[in-house]
Amino acid sequence: MSSEHDFDAGSNVGEDRPPGSAGRERTLRQEVLGYALGLALAVGLTAASFWVRGTDLVYGPGLAMALLVLAVAQMGIHLVFFLHITTDPDNENNVLALAFGVLIVCLIVFGSLWVMEHLNHNMAPMRELMQMQP
Amino acid sequence: MSTEAPGTAALRAPPGPHQSGARPAGAHAPPQVTGHGAGGPAPKRIIVGYGFWIFLLSDVIMFSSFFAAYAVLFKNTAGGPAAEQLFDLHNTAVETGCLLASTFTCGMASLAVGQRSQKWTQLALLATGLLGLAFITLEVREFVSLIARGAGPSRSAFLSSFFTLVGCHGVHVSAGLLWLGTMMAQFYAKGFRQDIRYRFLCFSLFWHALDIIWVGIFSLVYLVGTLPPELLP
Repeated sequence: MSSEHDFDAGSNVGEDRPPGSAGRERTLRQEVLGYALGLALAVGLTAASFWVRGTDLVYGPGLAMALLVLAVAQMGIHLVFFLHITTDPDNENNVLALAFGVLIVCLIVFGSLWVMEHLNHNMAPMRELMQMQP
Repeated sequence: MSTEAPGTAALRAPPGPHQSGARPAGAHAPPQVTGHGAGGPAPKRIIVGYGFWIFLLSDVIMFSSFFAAYAVLFKNTAGGPAAEQLFDLHNTAVETGCLLASTFTCGMASLAVGQRSQKWTQLALLATGLLGLAFITLEVREFVSLIARGAGPSRSAFLSSFFTLVGCHGVHVSAGLLWLGTMMAQFYAKGFRQDIRYRFLCFSLFWHALDIIWVGIFSLVYLVGTLPPELLP
């Protein structure tokens, strides 16, 4: 086994795979088509985001949620087509690390919003606070 | 003359190609790894890629706290300009296009490296770099025009968090451009050596991850941020 060949050979049976390297043995043509498909989907979702932002067709108060969903979908496209994160068994470690990262990100973002919202809500208005000073 | 205790010979890992012990019988035999560290360390390719993946996730967590700060401070404009008066969505659309295209050319560069094609590697990396440079130029122009209009980072808490989040992404892209330049030079001067391909694997992961962060920025900071206030949650 030459170590030269090791890097790009794709996954071997039962072995892990680092993120960013494609899995099964694929031809160059298939790889290029994979990236092109990823690009097409990403461009489509980006265009959809900008279109949704400018249109009146979507219910106004739902716009923010629609944009969030489109963003998450596009992140998924990037992960699968560009970073080659898949559900293959050889990708298990990468997916578990990603899942933990997503958990922490959700805790930080939604936790901050939740706590700060309540703090804002419970705080007396500034004018009353000033009057309470002796 | 062996001083080994009987039976331990079977427990010793067989000599692997790199003394790793993980692959005794060639690339396509099933590995004789039973867990509990018996197979020796994983191949370097896995360690490099996985380690850099962990770093990228920690970077994403750092960005998430900047996102959280932006979301919390979004309405604290201190009587200054708000997002919908400041941001030009056409500029954002062009920036997004540049970064998306550069992610694609970076993918093409990894394919060219796989094919050991110096010409296509350099061309794809050059395209990646030029698109990244266009992105940074547009971003710097936007920042300069904001500051010229009196909407600099010291104007309000909202603007501080905006410049921190978007500026931090811009710094990452700039660092990525420097890294890209060194990768081009290394492929040119040293060829497709294995250690240089490991570095390139890390670079391509970094570049793709930056685009994922930008998806969050253009969607939430620019598109959601410029919605009329009555439509915001």
